[in-house]
Amino acid sequence: MPKDHGIGASPKRREDLRFLTGNGNYTDDINLYGQAYVHFLRSDVAHGRLNKVDTSAAADMPGVVRIFTGDDFAGVGGIPCGWQVTDKHGQPMQEPAHPVLAQGKVRHVGDPIAAIVAETYEQARDAAEAIVLDIEELPAVIDMKAAVKDGAPKVHDDLTSNLCYDWGFVEENKAATDEAFKNAAHVTSLELVNNRLVANPMEPRVAVGDYNRSTDESTLYTTSQNPHVIRLLMGAFVLGIPEHKLRVVAPDVGGGFGTKIFHYAEEAFCTFAARQIKRPVKWTSSRSEAFMSDAHGRDHVSKIELALDKDNNFIALRTETYANMGAYLSTFAPSVPTWLHGTLMAGNYRTPLVYVNVKAVFTNTVPVDAYRGAGRPEATYQLERVIDKAARELGVDPIKLRRQNFITQFPYQTPVAVVYDTGNYVATMDKLEEIADFSGFAARRKASEAKGKLRGLGVNCYIEACGIAPSNLVGQLGARAGLYESATVRVNATGSISVMTGSHSHGQGHETAFPQVIAEMLGIDESMIEIVHGDTAKGPMGMGTYGSRSLAVGGSAMVRATEKIINKAKKIAAHLMEASDADIEIKDGKFHVAGTDKSVAWGDVTLAAYVPHNYPLEDIEPGLEETAFYDPSNFTYPSGAYACEVELDPDTGRVTIERFSAADDFGNIINPMIVSGQVHGGIGQGIGQALLEGAVYDDNGQLLTGSYMDYAMPRAADVPFYAVDHSCVTPCTHNPLGVKGCGEAGAIGSPPSVVNAVIDALHSAGKTHITHIDMPLSPNRVWAAMNA
Amino acid sequence: MYNFELVRPTTIADAASALGHEGAQALGGGQTLLPTMKQRLASPETLVSLTAITEMQGVCMSDDGHLCIGGATPHALVAREAVAHYPALAGLASHIGDPAVRNRGTIGGSLANNDPSACYPSAALGSGAVIITNTRKIAADDYFQGMFTTALNEGEIITEVRFPIPEKANYQKFEQPASRFALVGVFVAKYADGVRVAVTGASEEGVFRWTEAEAALSKSFTADALNGLTLPADGMIGDLHGSKAYRAHLVGVMTKRAVAAAA
Amino acid sequence: MVKVNMTVNGKAASGDVEGRTLLVQFLRENLHLTGTHVGCDTSQCGACVVHVNGTAVKACSMLAAEAEGVEVLTIEGVANADGSLNTVQQAFQDHHGLQCGFCTPGMVMTATALLKENPNPTEAEIRDYLEGNICRCTGYHNIVKAIMAAAGQDVSRIAAE
Repeated sequence: MPKDHGIGASPKRREDLRFLTGNGNYTDDINLYGQAYVHFLRSDVAHGRLNKVDTSAAADMPGVVRIFTGDDFAGVGGIPCGWQVTDKHGQPMQEPAHPVLAQGKVRHVGDPIAAIVAETYEQARDAAEAIVLDIEELPAVIDMKAAVKDGAPKVHDDLTSNLCYDWGFVEENKAATDEAFKNAAHVTSLELVNNRLVANPMEPRVAVGDYNRSTDESTLYTTSQNPHVIRLLMGAFVLGIPEHKLRVVAPDVGGGFGTKIFHYAEEAFCTFAARQIKRPVKWTSSRSEAFMSDAHGRDHVSKIELALDKDNNFIALRTETYANMGAYLSTFAPSVPTWLHGTLMAGNYRTPLVYVNVKAVFTNTVPVDAYRGAGRPEATYQLERVIDKAARELGVDPIKLRRQNFITQFPYQTPVAVVYDTGNYVATMDKLEEIADFSGFAARRKASEAKGKLRGLGVNCYIEACGIAPSNLVGQLGARAGLYESATVRVNATGSISVMTGSHSHGQGHETAFPQVIAEMLGIDESMIEIVHGDTAKGPMGMGTYGSRSLAVGGSAMVRATEKIINKAKKIAAHLMEASDADIEIKDGKFHVAGTDKSVAWGDVTLAAYVPHNYPLEDIEPGLEETAFYDPSNFTYPSGAYACEVELDPDTGRVTIERFSAADDFGNIINPMIVSGQVHGGIGQGIGQALLEGAVYDDNGQLLTGSYMDYAMPRAADVPFYAVDHSCVTPCTHNPLGVKGCGEAGAIGSPPSVVNAVIDALHSAGKTHITHIDMPLSPNRVWAAMNA
Repeated sequence: MYNFELVRPTTIADAASALGHEGAQALGGGQTLLPTMKQRLASPETLVSLTAITEMQGVCMSDDGHLCIGGATPHALVAREAVAHYPALAGLASHIGDPAVRNRGTIGGSLANNDPSACYPSAALGSGAVIITNTRKIAADDYFQGMFTTALNEGEIITEVRFPIPEKANYQKFEQPASRFALVGVFVAKYADGVRVAVTGASEEGVFRWTEAEAALSKSFTADALNGLTLPADGMIGDLHGSKAYRAHLVGVMTKRAVAAAA
Repeated sequence: MVKVNMTVNGKAASGDVEGRTLLVQFLRENLHLTGTHVGCDTSQCGACVVHVNGTAVKACSMLAAEAEGVEVLTIEGVANADGSLNTVQQAFQDHHGLQCGFCTPGMVMTATALLKENPNPTEAEIRDYLEGNICRCTGYHNIVKAIMAAAGQDVSRIAAE
């Protein structure tokens, strides 16, 4: 019988009630008295010298309140980067300035040049058309390899080149790795592109800046995954507003997928402008604007080589990657191709030597940063594609080759710095073979062939690192932030509980799942517990939600704070029952004296805490509110095995996903319904990457995929029902809940299996010369490969 | 979008009069024009909405056996009401855009815009339909004059489209993955006096008749009759969703499928 | 400015609008019915779907002035009379058919229109009907499942929670 409450149950989501009735409160639903609207005039050229911005005519247009240009931000900081990578020579990365509004040059299509604040949005747009720009267009650099050649036009004139950094990891392994390749019985190599994606949460970004003249306080309402981080970055590094005078609110947020982590110029602008004009300032991004102003994701060009011995054991792996940074460094951009990518390159396998080289490159494109998975999908894709290719070259079963090389002993120290605490890759592969019905594949292929179609089966494994930590280690790696999480558990006098978490829910269901944990610990009903998040005025400094960290880090902070509550409540209960607090047990919402029938109810204890008439005032303070900051000792390492079955129409090259199966090990599960939903969504995005999506620039830096007319989003008919399973559980060994994180797994684990399946389908028709097709595997690309 | 005055005439005569003023433009269902205007790519001073003109709505059979569709009839209504008379046309209408778009978008709007990737132009040309306006009748063969270009004069309104009913017909659409417009769409219709094949989505000249295929199919209405027939890639649209060669190839595939599925 | 009158969720509603005012702007800004969302500017995402005279339309691609005299139903008007979730809404909650909630109003309105036209749709018919509604969170699995359940179908055979 599944549980109906507490840890492991799947209660219906409480947040759904407001979302299903139109009562959500998203940032664009917030309108402040007297607000003005801003429209950003953006560059329509990829690279140019900004000689003059003449706003004189525009300033006289109807409704214009004020027009801002780069000059207005001369005394203001730029958008900061939150991670400094050190290159293979020990030198810091090249870090260009990133002004709020362009100064001197424009560096990508969409770079904001001027901001027009007006009484209405349309008036702001009208005035933007009256601004006269003198831009001297410069040659754009779009292709990464061309960008790092001598003599290439420079995106930033004050940097030595377009190379942000050249990173080697682990540099000390390089010689030994190269030596192992010389002695290999077989080497498989593969060049591939991890296609540039746009995160596309369905809610476009919105910012509303407000300024209170009476208190000198600023408030920013914004579509953010981490309001405290925005407050710190914007307050300390851009606008110079101390935290106690700055409040950031991220109310209901309509999806993030990484792209709402970062601090954006529009947020700083609205906050700044509201202080200048003493009125609220609102910006709502259109979808077309989002395509040229939201940070993009992925965009790696890689070569990977796998060395095997005569028995098909992996003996060494090396990769070389060009990672696109775009025109500026977005908040966490430098960390994505390095610490979130190189450290995962061992995958699920016992490869003793791994060397990863990454060259991060500036180009005249929108900045690139974390998108669901962030670095880990790029690592997984390379590794799982090269293993599949190796299996084909060697004529061995790709599953068997993987199994033979699985890590089976834990903890496991990889050659790329990290230590996997636990896992069971054999179990997830066994589970996958069961749920994907591999034994029925031959018959299904036959049925497809009878219809004139090809059918292919592809598998892959993945390993993920979630809850990036601990803070002192990530500090050494270049992070300019801590990666702990906070929780305040406020028990009210009548026993209800408000939990202020630094995590932020933008679809993950924290308001439902987090109370399950606390209710289980206290033995009280979940309905007594409310989760409060998304407002820097309400909870302690927290780091927010990304990297599948909320439960593993934020949940752990909640557990620690709740443990403090229990300890104090036991002292109060002991006093009320005249017992020793060591003898107090908590069960079913009551405090019991062990070995007796004496008990006192939860509500009596909480009331005593706030009405401390009969209370041990000499030993403890009144009140029942505790805060904990949890800093994990290690990453968590979810893992799994995925399978995809495709049908391919050889006449058109069109690929359809017929079956998709996922067997994951997420450690302990709090709410299975929500976990499955996270995996479904990740797989949907992974299928999107594999078959449909791709942000494409032409040679001049014009974005060819600037709307849903050209950027292909997955629709309901593009995907099947998914078979997902998370019954393989190896609990995390170092956090109190034994949880690992599930948010990104689907997006990390699904693209390789789709591509592997398409290659399998093509080989079944004798097209064995096709060893790779770059994503997205559009009908045109597949057809072209078949007819090359 | 730029502001404009909206007028909603209830008769064709009033609409024609409103469109006689400079800066006036007709608004059908608005499913293409309004998104275009949001990008500020069009700036009419007056939009003349045709959706309130009841005499331009509906589907019926004429005495001489033609299917008559009012110019302001939404796709969803065509999908429902044409199915008994002209199933291939109803099938085409039932796959334009999505359900909400089909409830607003109109046949007249689609034909007046003549988007090179729209579905309806292939049906009109493939059926040899007659486009009836407030001033004249235009044969489909004379109507389509290149992408976004038609025989319509300024201010002329498509009031009705008349389709002769074929013995057999079918429309096959291969969708562009993002917009879901036709990357290539082929409408095949077999009439007593011959076969018509109209192709949308593929050519830089907009919808066109594939006369070689028509000749072959008029001799033998079978997919095999098309064996060996190919279109040159030259003149096809080439973009990130499909090269010229790919589109030319797809025309052949979709034509064969349309013939095989024709009913 | 022209005055426009319509019925929204059973109540008379009127306001002054410009020619260019979209129905979705009128609903959100004049009537403060912010449940109807805007997720794109090319009429594709479907977050703004409402019913006009009983059929689904994209409120971002219809002018407010064109809605003169019509009956509009938005997400705010679909719950049961006592405020409890209706069958479609309840199925979305029961089957976790939403995550961030942003596409949800449009999904519910489209699903409602589908079930009105076709009370017992197949999985393929549901997926086709959702052509104009994009969800980025759910991978569509639980949305399709919820709509099947709302149609009264047994969804217990569909894998996973």
